[in-house]
Amino acid sequence: MRIGIVCPYSWDVPGGVQFHIRDLAEYFIRLGHEVSVLAPADDDTPLPPYVVSAGRAVPVPYNGSVARLNFGFLSAARVRRWLHDGEFDVIHIHEPTSPSLGLLACWAASGPIVATFHTSNPRSRAMIAAYAILQAALEKISARIAVSEYARRTLVEHLGGDAVVIPNGVDVDYFARAEPKPEWQGETIGFIGRIDEPRKGLPVLMKALPKILAERPNARLLVAGRGDEEEAVETLPKELRSRVEFLGMISDEDKARFLRSIDLYIAPNTGGESFGIILVEAMSAGAPVLASDLPAFAQVLDQGAAGELFTNEDADTLAEAAVRLLGDPVRLKQLSRQGSAHVRRFDWSTVGADILSVYETVTAGAAAVATDERTGLRARFGLARD
Amino acid sequence: MTPTLIWILVALVAIGLYLSWTAGRLDRLHARIDAARAALDAQLLRRASVTQELATSGVLDPAASIVLYEAAHAARQAEEEQREVAESELSQALRAVFAEAPQVEGVREAPGGEEAARELAEAVRRVPMARRFHNDAVGAARRLREHRKVRWFKLAGHAPFPMAFEMDDEPPAALVDRAA
Repeated sequence: MRIGIVCPYSWDVPGGVQFHIRDLAEYFIRLGHEVSVLAPADDDTPLPPYVVSAGRAVPVPYNGSVARLNFGFLSAARVRRWLHDGEFDVIHIHEPTSPSLGLLACWAASGPIVATFHTSNPRSRAMIAAYAILQAALEKISARIAVSEYARRTLVEHLGGDAVVIPNGVDVDYFARAEPKPEWQGETIGFIGRIDEPRKGLPVLMKALPKILAERPNARLLVAGRGDEEEAVETLPKELRSRVEFLGMISDEDKARFLRSIDLYIAPNTGGESFGIILVEAMSAGAPVLASDLPAFAQVLDQGAAGELFTNEDADTLAEAAVRLLGDPVRLKQLSRQGSAHVRRFDWSTVGADILSVYETVTAGAAAVATDERTGLRARFGLARD
Repeated sequence: MTPTLIWILVALVAIGLYLSWTAGRLDRLHARIDAARAALDAQLLRRASVTQELATSGVLDPAASIVLYEAAHAARQAEEEQREVAESELSQALRAVFAEAPQVEGVREAPGGEEAARELAEAVRRVPMARRFHNDAVGAARRLREHRKVRWFKLAGHAPFPMAFEMDDEPPAALVDRAA
């Protein structure tokens, strides 16, 4: 099958959607499909052979923050050329509502289009204004995929229609086989995420930490992720600061080893999550998980069966749960076992097969993807010659 | 006098273009519904065929075989009006037969059973998918068709009002369980 995938965010900036697309593309290539990914990238960044650059993304203020987007004549032309040269059987657009490549591709293509909705943004004001235009482009999507039941619900509420739920994929065995690192072992609590992004929830964990460390005198907290380390420990009493270790940004390999080494993974995120890939990665590595009870997290953790949940933004219940778990090795072992079994459904072998089923369902009997030739004026008045 | 006339003409042309664009949009939606319906039919037929094959293979006990055979046969032969009911009954029959994991294991262990179980699992997973895509297209077309501009100017032409395909497509739990 010839598959075209559209990535809305810069390939050179690491992010969940980009990693998802990379893994998906490589999974399909391993199965022998032809894959081309269209992504924004600087012209001089080295790209894998299957990625086609759509030009540099331009930073513009959008939806309350600065987003790097692709639009305008040049990008639209590149999208059309990619569609034309690719002769795809199906194109898979990620995040079609962001005013970037996804929307452009939706606009320019006709034929079987699959779209994955990653985030569950509340409808923005711009989107309401552009609703008619957006609706006309989104109507072309033959199959919609939401990454979680929660993301599906917001999609249904905001755009109408329906979607199938296919979770994000993880290479479970990569994490399950990683070698633990001795210096990260021994009653360690792990946290991965941007330190200076409050929605990742480190402040909540810092608030709970004195209580946890008082009950568990040997426990340490390991934090992996970039951001201002001084500022992160500001609220912590001075004598406890030595028990927080900052590892900075870590590589994929170290991330797997990190998750294999720690005794408990804590995800105190306070919002803005539509899936929670990090929880899946932690479970893959066999790390017991304690997470805030965001709807997306609750679903990934099977409503608390595969990992424990605490009340979102409540440092006290977090501390209480962490202390209880760290003092109960039997329960930790049980969580690790249940997590490892539960996480199999997120393995690429399952997720990839499901996505392929979607492709096969929409391409059955349909023509290949083509650029959408707008009906010319002459044709509209019945004057064009065939 | 002349400027007024020109403005009226411009407005008329603009309205005409807008209506033509809307008609094109509607046309594309109808094409999408047709494709989605064809895909749904293909998946339903596939599910009924695999079920029938399993029922006649002798892998299952006679009672289960008869239940599955009856339901699959009825689903394949159903007239358009009874189709939704017949397909729902096939879903229920499949759920009744494959309610327990050992039953699925039994099929897998039989010669050629691994292949049959995989095909059936694939079919029962794809039916809800295809149905959701179909009903999504139907919903989008309906929303547009109920709009005043489409009704007043009869932009939908003679195309029949699109109907959703409603059925019970819940797959048997033991067949689609991935945790194992």
